[in-house]
Amino acid sequence: MAALYEGYTLFGLVQSQISSHLGIRGIEQERDDDHVVVTDSTRSVTLYKVSDQKPLGSWTVKQGQTLTCPAVYNFQSKEYVAISDKRVIRIWKEGDVLLDKTFKATVSSDIWRVQSAPEQEPVVLFERGAVRMLDLLLSDPQQSIEEVLDQDELIRWNTVILAESRQFVIFTTEQKGKHFLYLQRLNPNTLQRYQLEREESGLAPLSCCASYREQNICLLYLYPNGHLYQSVVSTRGWGTEDGRQVLPLPRRLLLSLSVGEGPLEAASALELDEAHVAVVGVPHPSAGTGKDFLCIWNTNFQTLQAAKEMGGKIYGQLWCFFNKLFIPHGKTLSVIPFVCPKSSLASALGKLKQAKSEESKSPASVPSWNSILHGEKVQPSRPQETKKTLGYFSVTPFPSLQTASAEDVQREVEGVLTRSDAQNLQQSVSLFVSALVSRSLEESSFYTPSTLARLVHTQCMSHSVCPELLLLALERKDYFLCQLCLQFFPDIPEAVTCACLKAFVSMPDTDAEKVSLEPDSVSFMETLISGKHVGNYVQNGFSPSPLDVEHTDALSGDGVAIQTKTKEEETAPSEPTCPVGLHKAVLLNEVLQTAYSDTFLLPHLKDLSSEQVILFLQYLQFLYLKFSQDAPTQMHGLRSPSLAQIVDWVCLLLDAHFTVLVMTQEAKGLMLNPLAFVRLVSELGKIEGSLQEINKMKVKKEIGQYSIEVIELF
Amino acid sequence: MGEFKVHRVRFFEYLPSAIRALAFNKDSERMAVARTDGAVEIFNFSDNYFQEKVIPGKDSRAAETLCWLHHRLFAAGLNGEITEYDLENLKPRSSVETFGGPVWTIGCNRQGTMLAAGCENGTVKIFEVQEEKIQLQRSLERQKGRILSLSWHPSGAQLAAGTMDMIRIFDVQTGCATHRLLVDRGVGTCRNREVVVWSVLFLSDRTVISGDSAGKVQIWDGATGTLIRTHLVTKWDVLALAVSQDESSVIAGTSEGTVVQFQFLPSTMGQQEKEWVRTRTFKNHSHDVRALIHTDTAVVSGGMDTQLVVRPLLDKVEKNTQESSMRKILFPHKPLVDCAHRAGLLLFQFTDHLELWRLGESEGQGKPGESLPVKKKPEKLIHLKKKGDDHICSSALSSCGGWLVFSTICSVRLYRVQLSNNTVSLTKVSKLPRILCWAHQLCFSADSSRLFAAGARSSVHVFSLSQSECKHIHTLRPKSGSRQPLHLLCVSQDGHWLAAANTDCEVTVYDLKTMKLHCTVPVYSSCPTAMAFHPVYNNLLMTHADQQLSEFSVQQRSYTEWSRALHRRGLHPLWLKRDTPVTHITFNPTNPAHILLHDTYMFCIIDQTLPLPDEKSVLFNQMMLRSLPESERMRHSHAFKICKNFQNILCFDLLEDQSLVVVERPLLDIMSQLPAPVRQKKFAT
Repeated sequence: MAALYEGYTLFGLVQSQISSHLGIRGIEQERDDDHVVVTDSTRSVTLYKVSDQKPLGSWTVKQGQTLTCPAVYNFQSKEYVAISDKRVIRIWKEGDVLLDKTFKATVSSDIWRVQSAPEQEPVVLFERGAVRMLDLLLSDPQQSIEEVLDQDELIRWNTVILAESRQFVIFTTEQKGKHFLYLQRLNPNTLQRYQLEREESGLAPLSCCASYREQNICLLYLYPNGHLYQSVVSTRGWGTEDGRQVLPLPRRLLLSLSVGEGPLEAASALELDEAHVAVVGVPHPSAGTGKDFLCIWNTNFQTLQAAKEMGGKIYGQLWCFFNKLFIPHGKTLSVIPFVCPKSSLASALGKLKQAKSEESKSPASVPSWNSILHGEKVQPSRPQETKKTLGYFSVTPFPSLQTASAEDVQREVEGVLTRSDAQNLQQSVSLFVSALVSRSLEESSFYTPSTLARLVHTQCMSHSVCPELLLLALERKDYFLCQLCLQFFPDIPEAVTCACLKAFVSMPDTDAEKVSLEPDSVSFMETLISGKHVGNYVQNGFSPSPLDVEHTDALSGDGVAIQTKTKEEETAPSEPTCPVGLHKAVLLNEVLQTAYSDTFLLPHLKDLSSEQVILFLQYLQFLYLKFSQDAPTQMHGLRSPSLAQIVDWVCLLLDAHFTVLVMTQEAKGLMLNPLAFVRLVSELGKIEGSLQEINKMKVKKEIGQYSIEVIELF
Repeated sequence: MGEFKVHRVRFFEYLPSAIRALAFNKDSERMAVARTDGAVEIFNFSDNYFQEKVIPGKDSRAAETLCWLHHRLFAAGLNGEITEYDLENLKPRSSVETFGGPVWTIGCNRQGTMLAAGCENGTVKIFEVQEEKIQLQRSLERQKGRILSLSWHPSGAQLAAGTMDMIRIFDVQTGCATHRLLVDRGVGTCRNREVVVWSVLFLSDRTVISGDSAGKVQIWDGATGTLIRTHLVTKWDVLALAVSQDESSVIAGTSEGTVVQFQFLPSTMGQQEKEWVRTRTFKNHSHDVRALIHTDTAVVSGGMDTQLVVRPLLDKVEKNTQESSMRKILFPHKPLVDCAHRAGLLLFQFTDHLELWRLGESEGQGKPGESLPVKKKPEKLIHLKKKGDDHICSSALSSCGGWLVFSTICSVRLYRVQLSNNTVSLTKVSKLPRILCWAHQLCFSADSSRLFAAGARSSVHVFSLSQSECKHIHTLRPKSGSRQPLHLLCVSQDGHWLAAANTDCEVTVYDLKTMKLHCTVPVYSSCPTAMAFHPVYNNLLMTHADQQLSEFSVQQRSYTEWSRALHRRGLHPLWLKRDTPVTHITFNPTNPAHILLHDTYMFCIIDQTLPLPDEKSVLFNQMMLRSLPESERMRHSHAFKICKNFQNILCFDLLEDQSLVVVERPLLDIMSQLPAPVRQKKFAT
């Protein structure tokens, strides 16, 4: 359980800082865990010893000059670096008293910020997006600085992350309401641009923070609507080309904080460890709408672990160094120590991620829900964007899926499938399929069955990734693809399942036989129909004999059974015949094996016509008889529907169409002669017998106060 | 082996008393169990939980609390006295009045120098422990409510006492209360009722743990008197608490019959700081758990449902061993039923009376498994009440049914029973020898001419019986001079030999012709639980608490060949795994090779002529033999004929007419006699 301890005041904010919107400009880590450098919003830099709550030194620039970014401590040279008036780099040591007498250098372009990480050379980020190491920049201060960003693109936030002794400069920009994330790797320099997903009504992230773990950079950003998202970017495996290609940045909603009245204005979220997030400026969930709270949330369990009310105005600023949170509020800057122990519960529930190498992959391959749900809007309607993203996966940029011939597409897909690693496979496959499907929908002549089948075979797909695929396959009568989809997609909606069923049941047998289907399922059905494999298996010491008609009569015992007796004898031959063709049966088997929930399936089942229902019922009955006669059918190891699935479908069908079936002449035989149920009942009858025996045994146990019994010992 | 007619008797309405208190002596591994009828039982936990001794109760004296002080056992109860028991003579040694009203709790400090008693009038009285007695030293500051629980700090300088609504911590030196820990009342309607601190523990780090009537287990800092943690354990009462030796685990017994364990663990991984965390819950009782002991490996609990449950902690014992199995001790380990073989009579011993029954008769023959029609119903002949307050500790019925004797701790009564057709007459033998004033074992010779009574220091008094007279002939004394009481007596069929066993595991054989000690059986480490003489060869057959069997030839003064063979081969593992001792052995006079014995869950007829089972053979083979054809059976049968048709057996004996008697006491019958347990909401009722 994370906990916030009693905090203390580091210093008071001066009046100008309070009135300004900014609070303080920044706090940076100094030599050890007990020293920080604080830059106020105007002119001065102060070094504090945190535990003593006292300043050790203070430096101020001249009146009229301003410090435009927080001063940092250069861990290598033990100097302080600050930028005044955007262009002047100032460097001084702790012993220097007057700032004016120290080193200054003027550069040719506006600097956004200078940043420093332990054991690393400070890095300078220019307002136009260029990045320089400080020592290289100072070697030629007037060197020309390239423009990376567009004219109207502005940096909003940045940080430096040290990953595997390599520095990454991360910054976010805003351009025309869109937000981008840049990941600049230093030595060798590569730049990657990502676009953040749009949050509702064009909200801009209020605060960001980044952390590095397990070869991934983990970004956390908070929106004014209280949504806290996490995005994971791999630090490895991106191509060498640093184009202006924009990759979508998948995100995961970590927390949805309640914001009270109106959107958040000054709030900030900071990741404390992989399970804990500190949030300031967001109302406490059970303390009204006041936003002056510092809370620690556990993101694994979505629980509030600790909270503290911070008096006074909240600036939406929050820093964290060495288990201490620094938060300016009201007229003071408070230091609040905290702990986030790894909870035993988390490890017990498996919520605590173990540092496994496979684990690090998984975030990257999880498709964003947003893109899935709004996928059709994004992908088919905006082909350019699709193309752009596709380029990322293919090493040699493919001209266009929109114009290439089926063979080219096939080749391209094969190439991608062999090249791409498992991490990207899912994404690339879904993008390919979406593109192919949207093209096929547009061009009626274009259809690439083998390519699609190949893609589905990768098993990286699900129905929700491309909802049109299965319907397209049905429309193009590509039953092989249908079969694959039914086999591999875990999430086919009941409506689509029903549509497949309808198509399969009503398709003429002659059509069906032309289709080439998966050989395993066909061979299973072949053996079932021919009935060659029948072995003398005995189940539970009982080998089912052909139907015992007399037994049936005894059980039903009313007029109906007697009337249908002759019919039963007719329709109950010793070897049932399959009412549908081989391939049709194979396809129907696939439908039987899909997952469904009966509440959703029932309304769609009602759409079937009575002929279809009867045929399907006949087929189910055939399957049932086969299965119950030849019990070990499932021992083939082949994919086959289970007996339970068959019975469930029979029940569902009868539920959906009972009234219609009662009225239909042909159905009477089926209804009155449900061999399946007869057998069930007769099995139940047997159980009844044993249950009665048990009852009798119990009765015998009754012993009085005294009895004389005879026992025999051997 | 053949068919047997079995008298299945279920009319012995024996009702064990609820367990009120437990005390465990770690040095000797003896568990003292106080029952609500005042009896105190001593179990030897190192010897298969065998019940070695029973100190009979008394109407006016019921121990509320028990306490071991080295090897001395103290008890106190609502009569306001602290009693020390004489564990050699199985009766109270001395009593001290506390003058504080009923005593609810006593406890001695770890040093063994002081005994504290919590009294009804709100005082904690400190007694000094002396060699032969205890003496009142002082009273601590008097409190408003009664003192219901107390616990010494291991240093002996402080003492925590639970009263109504609060816990007080006393400085023993000054006698002043240093802290007052207020205990919250229950919520809702219970708010008006004062909360009773039923149990309190004072740990060496000065943590105080309390259990109260509001269902809470609370952890306090005894140094500052502040509450650290509250665990709401039950809706009802937390009646008992116990702590392990290393103070890392505490158990709490509740009115719901559950035992809840708390362990002192770090709350988060890899941290040093520990707290008391609720870990396990055991539910082994249907009623209140009134008394608890935390041994090193197990939780021992007892309560209203009269069962003593030993529940091993599976993290402390090796799994799947005999040690890891749970034990429920339901019945006393000594017979309460005596059977007159020749007369077909049963004598039932209750704490306050005896019942003499005549078995019924059947007519006709039946097939195995059938019940025969009862021609004559069993008949209760005599209902004999004890005189005075003391409970009956032993009784005996001669095999002819003509003599009946019972003893309390202060008197022995001998009766002549005459049964003629429909009249029963009972004549008390008026003048008994003075030496026959009490006996913890009684036994008649086979021809009913002699009475043997176990006296002090393992001695046996021999009396001769004539028509209306009882004369003391001799007193037999063992060579060892053991001070322990005898718990088994048996005499050979021909009246030549007498064997006596005491709780030091010594078995002494006396020659009754010469009235001299004949020999002693080599001492075996486990206590004998039953013994009997072979009717022909006068070999002494003994069973032990560890389930071993041995046969000792009295003439040759050595173990017999059969016994050696049995030891060489070893008993069957399943036989050794049984968890109740054999409490009675008898022989079949018509076929002396047949030994009849029983424990609570089975009876067994051992045929000494048959081969012994080895480890791989099926021990319980009756079902298998039944399914085999006659010719095959002989090949598969072994010496142990075990029958499990009868359960909860209190007596198993053979009558002269070769019919068996089995006295059962089904647990359901006992349960139905118990008071209703606390109401628990189950499902939607």
